[in-house]
Amino acid sequence: MIKTKFNYDYYLRKNTLPHIWCPGCGDGIILKALLRAIHKCGYSKDEVVITSGIGCASRLPGYVDFNTIHTTHGRALTFAIGMKMYKPKLKVITISGDGDALAIGGNHFIHAARRNIDMTLIVFNNYTYGMTGGQFSPTQPLDSFATTTPFGSIEPPFDVCNLAQAAGATWVGRSTSYHAVQLEKFMVDALNHTGFSVLDVITNCHISYGRRNKMKSPVDMIKYQKEKAVPARSAENMSPEELAGRFKTGVLFEAKDRPEFCGEYHKQLELVKTK
Amino acid sequence: MSKNIKLMQGNEAVAEGAVIAGCDFFAGYPITPSSEVAEILSSKLPKIGKVFLQMEDEIAAMGAILGAALGGAKVITATSGPGMSLKQENIGYASMCEIPCVIVNVMRGGPSTGLPTLPAQGDVMQAKWGTHGDHAVIAITPSSVNESLYETIRAFNLAIKYRTPVIILTDEIIGHMREKVVIPDKSEVEVLDIKLPDVPPEKYNPYNYTSGKVTPLAPMGEGYRYHVTGLIHGETGFPSQKTDVIQNAQNWLIDKIYKNIKDIEKFEEFQTDDADILIVAYGSTSRSSRQAISVARAAGIKVGMFRPITIWPFPEEQISNLSKKIKKVLVVEMNMGQIILEVQRAACGSKVYGLHIVNGEPITPDQIFAKIKEVSEN
Repeated sequence: MIKTKFNYDYYLRKNTLPHIWCPGCGDGIILKALLRAIHKCGYSKDEVVITSGIGCASRLPGYVDFNTIHTTHGRALTFAIGMKMYKPKLKVITISGDGDALAIGGNHFIHAARRNIDMTLIVFNNYTYGMTGGQFSPTQPLDSFATTTPFGSIEPPFDVCNLAQAAGATWVGRSTSYHAVQLEKFMVDALNHTGFSVLDVITNCHISYGRRNKMKSPVDMIKYQKEKAVPARSAENMSPEELAGRFKTGVLFEAKDRPEFCGEYHKQLELVKTK
Repeated sequence: MSKNIKLMQGNEAVAEGAVIAGCDFFAGYPITPSSEVAEILSSKLPKIGKVFLQMEDEIAAMGAILGAALGGAKVITATSGPGMSLKQENIGYASMCEIPCVIVNVMRGGPSTGLPTLPAQGDVMQAKWGTHGDHAVIAITPSSVNESLYETIRAFNLAIKYRTPVIILTDEIIGHMREKVVIPDKSEVEVLDIKLPDVPPEKYNPYNYTSGKVTPLAPMGEGYRYHVTGLIHGETGFPSQKTDVIQNAQNWLIDKIYKNIKDIEKFEEFQTDDADILIVAYGSTSRSSRQAISVARAAGIKVGMFRPITIWPFPEEQISNLSKKIKKVLVVEMNMGQIILEVQRAACGSKVYGLHIVNGEPITPDQIFAKIKEVSEN
């Protein structure tokens, strides 16, 4: 356990700043929560590997002083699995946007969950392809607008957490970039969990999503996160009508009794190894 | 000492070669006619404490080997036809980020689903140009089961030495044919190991574009923290859009291969000394060509063969030199005309003929001999 006082500078690659994110973007809040969470978990910088795909969120690894891999679009989990299976002692974290994780990377998402491999996926879920200019994303709410849904989206969105749980992830939670303290706490939980953990973080892209959906300032979108978030416990007593257009936050699922893939694999190796 | 001789299949020889080369990690996806490589390694690798993974798709398999390679593993994947197409983006990532890896493509007929169980040599240009952007690759075309084993070992060594993807292009014939293989003892073959850089972490840059030397790729998790990105990056690994950095990076990806071509090239010349006709053939097609040459020589036509074993970078210099003394060149390949384009470029002093048959069957010595007669009478 690292006993030193927390200091952002220790974890940032300051020569790579300023970052590419727009003023008011929620991604920086998530980055800071992640650094605090990693510090709390006591990991050394050398044992942390962060992989990411393509998109705004996926630029995060470049700014932080770990072993960092900015991979191809949608494929961050596949690189992460290779790394984890070869070097099981490393702490492997994947950063992915909603399009990256659930559209182009959807297959890897469900299979990483099915395997229940000991890694953490953090989805920066801003309902849009921000970097390419605000196209439709698989988490975009019904009836909302994007540069490729100019008449409103008629496609039902994925619920990241339901999908993760159904596919086999053993720690599933959701928070927002507004709930920065809760976010850090959930990250610590997710990182400490043995198995595949998925944290869905609702964040704001006021530039590419908000402007087209009557939330043109970061403040509008932060208010959206504050008002639409429903703690899971409160949601239990709410009707479907009351929950419409809102999302549940909290640790939504946790299972500690399921076999974890990387550990099981290396156990099997011990059994089949020829002496 | 008695030799360790076995009868084995080409795909098995690739797996055997990988193990001898010290392969730490295989990830793949089932596809005909390459699946035996995965099946055999799924048993062999765990028994020696190494990792085998069957992934959810071809793209994931390519991603997984690159992730493991960044951790310092010696990695390989095997695929065919459609699978090779799917892997292309991540092969480009390996080129750009200079990650050593070996990709086996047991060529089958195409395009698309094509001919899953029948041979072709239609992926030779794809091996060079399959992924987007300017880059150089190393590709190897073994022509026998025995050669498949030794060339797999060489592929691992080249991948590590030049930090690049190395593609082994066999085909359905080589992959499924059974032949005698002399299995070497580990002491009899050169095997390169992955090493830590010889500088301390604070002085380490993951890339070097100007010294002419390939910087070793530090295994992640050993104290060398650095950034890897498929964006054009400077020597520190971080993205850059500076014109000089972009140009240096582009030059380097090509120069590191072409300036070392003497080390990478490998070829066989067969009865070229007195030849009037030069066959250029590679892989399984060179086997039928060899038979056709003996038939032709018995009939009084002097034919020789140049067989590239390293097909990329292309052995332009050798073809060019041979074309100065042999005025007729016949390219035999199981595709509609791919390597013939390279031969035409290199053999500018000669007339270049092509025999291109793609019907799911091997090109026979008879077909080649008939073409030789036609060329000799021309």
